Amino acid sequence: MNDKISLFQKDLLREAFWQSFYKLQPAKMVRNPVMFTVEIGTLVMLGVCLWILTGNQSQGSLGYNFFIFIILFLTLLFANFAEAIAEARGKAQANSLRKTRATTPARLQNGEIIPSSQLKKGDIFICQAGDIIPSDGEIIEGLASIDESAITGESAPVIREAGGDKSSVTGGTKVLSDKIIVQVTIEPGESFLDKMIALVEGSSRQKTPNEIALTILLAGFTLVFIIVTVTLKPFADYAQVPISIAAFISLFVCLIPTTIGGLLSAIGIAGMDRALRANVITKSGKAVETAGDIDVLLLDKTGTITIGNRKATHFYPAQGIELQDFIRSVVLSSMADETPEGKSILELANVNPASLSVQNPRFIKFTAETRSSGIDYANRRIRKGAADAIKTLCEKAGHSFPAEIANKVREIASNGGTPLVVAENEKVIGVIELQDIIKPGIQERFERLRRMGIKTVMVTGDNPLTAQYIAARAGVDDFIAEAKPEDKMQYIKKEQAEGRLVAMMGDGTNDAPALAQADVGVAMNSGTQAAKEAGNMVDLDNDPTKLIEVVEIGKQLLMTRGTLTTFSIANDIAKYFAILPALFMVGIPSLQSLNIMQLSTPESAILSAVIFNAIIIPLLIPLALKGVTYQPIGASALLRRNLLIYGLGGVLVPFIGIKMIDVLVSFFI
Amino acid sequence: MNTEILGLMLMYGLVVALAIPLGHYLGKVFNQEKTQLDVLFNPLDNLFYKLSGIDPAKEMNWKQHLTALLTINIVWFVISIFILMNMAWLPFNPDGNPSMSADLAFNTSVSFVTNTNLQHYSGEGALSYLGQLVLMLWQFISAATGMAICAVVFRAMKAQSTETLGNYYVLLVRSGTRVLFPISLLIATILVLNGTPITLEGKDTMLTLQGDTVQVSRGPVAAFVAIKQLGTNGGGFYGPNSTHPFENPNYLTNITETMAIFLLPIAMVFAMGHVLRRRKLAWMVFGVMTVGFLLLCLPAVVFEMQGNPAITQMGLAQPLGSYEGKEIRFGAAASAYWAVNTTCTSNGSVNAMHDSMTPLTGMFLMLGMMINCLYGGVGVGFLNFYIFIILAVFISGLMVGRTPAFLGKKIEAREMKIAMIIALLHPLFILVGTALASHLLLTFPEACANWLSNPGYHGFSQMLYEFCSSSANNGSGFEGLGDNTPFWNIGCGLVMLLARYLPIIGPVAIAGILARKKYIPESAGTLQTDTSTFGLMVFAVILIVAGMAFFPVLTLGPVAEYFSIIQK
Amino acid sequence: MKTILFPAIRLTLVCLFFFMGVYPAIVLGLAQWAPNQGKGHLIRQDGKSYYANIGQSFTEDQYFYSRPSAVAYNAAGAGGSNQGPSNPAYLATLQARVDTFLAHNPAVKLHEIPADLITASGSGLDPDISVAAAKVQVNRIAKIRQVSEVTLYQLIAQQTKKPLLGLFGPAKVNVLQLNLALDKLK
Repeated sequence: MNDKISLFQKDLLREAFWQSFYKLQPAKMVRNPVMFTVEIGTLVMLGVCLWILTGNQSQGSLGYNFFIFIILFLTLLFANFAEAIAEARGKAQANSLRKTRATTPARLQNGEIIPSSQLKKGDIFICQAGDIIPSDGEIIEGLASIDESAITGESAPVIREAGGDKSSVTGGTKVLSDKIIVQVTIEPGESFLDKMIALVEGSSRQKTPNEIALTILLAGFTLVFIIVTVTLKPFADYAQVPISIAAFISLFVCLIPTTIGGLLSAIGIAGMDRALRANVITKSGKAVETAGDIDVLLLDKTGTITIGNRKATHFYPAQGIELQDFIRSVVLSSMADETPEGKSILELANVNPASLSVQNPRFIKFTAETRSSGIDYANRRIRKGAADAIKTLCEKAGHSFPAEIANKVREIASNGGTPLVVAENEKVIGVIELQDIIKPGIQERFERLRRMGIKTVMVTGDNPLTAQYIAARAGVDDFIAEAKPEDKMQYIKKEQAEGRLVAMMGDGTNDAPALAQADVGVAMNSGTQAAKEAGNMVDLDNDPTKLIEVVEIGKQLLMTRGTLTTFSIANDIAKYFAILPALFMVGIPSLQSLNIMQLSTPESAILSAVIFNAIIIPLLIPLALKGVTYQPIGASALLRRNLLIYGLGGVLVPFIGIKMIDVLVSFFI
Repeated sequence: MNTEILGLMLMYGLVVALAIPLGHYLGKVFNQEKTQLDVLFNPLDNLFYKLSGIDPAKEMNWKQHLTALLTINIVWFVISIFILMNMAWLPFNPDGNPSMSADLAFNTSVSFVTNTNLQHYSGEGALSYLGQLVLMLWQFISAATGMAICAVVFRAMKAQSTETLGNYYVLLVRSGTRVLFPISLLIATILVLNGTPITLEGKDTMLTLQGDTVQVSRGPVAAFVAIKQLGTNGGGFYGPNSTHPFENPNYLTNITETMAIFLLPIAMVFAMGHVLRRRKLAWMVFGVMTVGFLLLCLPAVVFEMQGNPAITQMGLAQPLGSYEGKEIRFGAAASAYWAVNTTCTSNGSVNAMHDSMTPLTGMFLMLGMMINCLYGGVGVGFLNFYIFIILAVFISGLMVGRTPAFLGKKIEAREMKIAMIIALLHPLFILVGTALASHLLLTFPEACANWLSNPGYHGFSQMLYEFCSSSANNGSGFEGLGDNTPFWNIGCGLVMLLARYLPIIGPVAIAGILARKKYIPESAGTLQTDTSTFGLMVFAVILIVAGMAFFPVLTLGPVAEYFSIIQK
Repeated sequence: MKTILFPAIRLTLVCLFFFMGVYPAIVLGLAQWAPNQGKGHLIRQDGKSYYANIGQSFTEDQYFYSRPSAVAYNAAGAGGSNQGPSNPAYLATLQARVDTFLAHNPAVKLHEIPADLITASGSGLDPDISVAAAKVQVNRIAKIRQVSEVTLYQLIAQQTKKPLLGLFGPAKVNVLQLNLALDKLK
């Protein structure tokens, strides 16, 4: 999946080549008004050639007219080729995904084995170590380690288990250990992958809102130039300038924005293709486009901003308690604590719990009511937990909560740490400090987002003090502390009410409503089926910072359209200066002064302009597929830069290009 | 320094200096904020509302505004046709002028109600004083129409998720009584003091020094000329408009009238800045308009001051420039300056004959009308500019990688469709109209023999100019065109109608739709529309849309004429 | 319909009264302080009165010529020639005017003829000529009227209207006033 497909592979080229002919049928061309008019023009030129063959003398030589016809035909093919190559690349990408979906046997609960293609939603199958999972589904029983490298390229196995947020499995991945019972969650042919494949293949591609608006703009320009060309006929008659049909058609085709018209759908397909390359599956082209408009980004603290989980960094015994004794109690209380925090406490203590002998230990699990955990043995009751939980516990038993401990708790919290207070027999014996580790390089990414105009919001279950500290250190703009799922939802709604577009990432089932509410919801592939259904993108890598890339892909998509439109229209100036003098010089010799490019003859001038108009399309295909580079330098600076390159460039390049082609053409005629 | 050039600098400097404070005053008038003139105008306006049965507090949405505008315009049109076709027996006709023919009355009524003031007649021989005065009424209220509907768009641009945009009649009345009336009074006073007549007496007869007997047409000229200049109307009391020594007696009145052409169009831009509380945006718009204006104005002035190359080829010196169709008291520079002013603003009055100007000046005048928003007509100039802003926002929004938005409102397919249709109309009317005329001329050379007073490329320019002028609601002409025929009266009449109302409906619809949309707050990724970079973008869009569509016709008209003269 | 149409009609009538009646009446009232009560600026000499701003046709050699006029200085039907700069018929007219002028002013060379003397104004009622156009006629008038050229140059200098405030616009000479002054010389 991650192996790159080079821009022009041979087999892709071959496929695209045939497709460009196939796409010539008017029913397909009419979707693109600009190129459709070119097709009509080409047909007219074919008619003119036939007319000359039947003996007409008024339209100039057959060779010249036929050559114009050929170039117009090539223009059409080039435009179709651009679309076809983008589709072919997408298809190749999709095919490499599809390989993972080759029909695999599925073993049903009753022992029957059927091909995976016959699995329906609701079916239940069983997988054991070594099996390839036949379909997307939800584990309803069991736990297994799974190799998802076929999808994500990540070789480390992941654990999936029934219940909770890690219950979803993807078809094509491999079970490494244990046995799971899985319920199919999708109808055949409706998995995300299937949808994505359909999208990049273009079969179900719908135009995005921006694409529709741009098509209207281009159609408008085309209409203007239809008016210009048609009315030119009576004007030329009045001025007694004879103009051939070839010249009219050439003028028209050169003036209408064929460059962007020819590349428009390729740009859109390439955008989704780029998302796919980043291992993000999008459900629609619109989602990618919307990503470029994002104003607010909701990110979970854990895993995104900080590395995994908090780690214990300090032990602070209470007054009168020896550090050694405190550590011993801490280790005992954490022996059965399977949470990463608990493990980090043992790591910091560096004491082997097995060396401590206790009789009849009874481990107390963490519950939402007590908000503490610990161990009971002999007549000792060790508890560790949040400061207020332990405080309540102690005060209930009639013991006071020492002021120095309260100070310590506050101090730790305000430094972004999480204090865990430890009590023995309802008396406080000390505090453990847990700290978050901020991911290296994350500040730079947030800085980049800020320059793109995107507000970052950290979502965390921490208390506000801790959250604020981490938010400041990581450089996020805002945070939601002590976040419950409905807080996320409210925050999104609030931002949306103020007109902002919100993106978020999520994996859990309780993230689903928020994912659906957000304008761009990226579900992790490891997340639950509900989450994946709710979002409009799925990240195969489960990389929470992936949103940043998605945003940039969205922006690139719009920019490529905008800049190529500008380029295309700016080209008209030079084309006018090439064709207009050529049209009128015969009748009005004094207009020779307008031939500022000094093109050799009227025929060569028209040919050069049409040839330039045709070959600029294939020359720009690589740019259309790769996209214009986005730089977060502020909108005005970006506009200046793009205007300079594509606007001014669009004015100048055709002057040079047409002149060069004219020099070449004049060798032959 | 050349006193003619100094005169231009004075005129431009003064008009900008006056337009900025006037713009803020306009903003207050539109916003219904307090001004010192309320003592005078509040009772007057209330009288207007009471007599008309209008509830000034009733709010309207954009569709209701348009309905009100169109309804009242139809009423005006009907009254106008009636009076023009019955002038002969109606009062105030001391010179005994006849009633108008139906097609001429149609053309004239459309022309004045649409603020165009294209005249296929000569005022002194074709209108009674009642006819002149009723046309003057349209000059007031058609200008007020433009201001009022532009104010509606200002409000819509400011609005956030709302339907209601004030009361149309209130904006109309306030524009008339608080802006047009007092300033016109001031201008009329200056004119009267400098020798412009205002009287209801008919023609006078005088014996010249050489002993010839000459009749001199008079009339309520001063009152008429003031509003014709101020309201970007441009229809002259006399046939030759402000070249006539009674309409424009001396250089001081010329300064006054030239400034009056520009005053409100520029002030409207600053009014927008005031209403929206976005001064910088107003300066951006003003900057783009000014650059465009200067690019047309400077070469035009240079070409007119250089004189007609064909006359130079005869061996004559033209130290003062081209003088055919110009008045000595204004000079070539101020004539060219006026000409560009009047074509950029859809005013259409003249102080020199455009038909006789040098070929490329003619081209710059047509370009002014083809663009039609370099300051533009009162109110409608900004509406045209608004369309270009929408197009520029769309393209540049894409270029910075965001769904395009203007003032926090997303521009989507529906708005693009409207904007593109409106942008299309102008080339459509001008090119198709001229094409039809060219075709008829070739097909029926005898029936159309009286159309053109000039052969060749210049004759083509005459037809092109007429349709530019109609479609831009300008009203000036290459007056050599024999245009009082059914084809020109009806053809230009239809173009004027469509080119007036559709470009009002379009921007109001866009602004109304945008006003309802959710407001997106700005961020670092938002495209700033009040920067010079964006100004450049708007300018480029204007050049592309206007320039590209008209390049071929201009080549066959003025450009071909120019090269054919200089290459003799 | 009623709620839309009736206010529109009533408002139109109110506007009609105000802008067609009240406004011009005020201007008419103000005009009572203006020269000739707003009936146009008159100048009087020898018991006759002339409109100062309305140009007159001067074609006799004893007077300074005024500019050609497309409407023969008809102040009840003013207008320009509307001839385009490249029109051959127009250029032929100019050539004829040049020839006529040279015939009546033999001392003047072709390149000395100011263009305003052979081109028609926009109104056809231009009351002015350029200073050069006045000076170029001095030789002819001096001969016919038997006055010295110096006197005539002084007369032109007296009658020359400077640019506004000496700064703005062109200098010019009102032909009627110049010729009235010329008649007074005798």
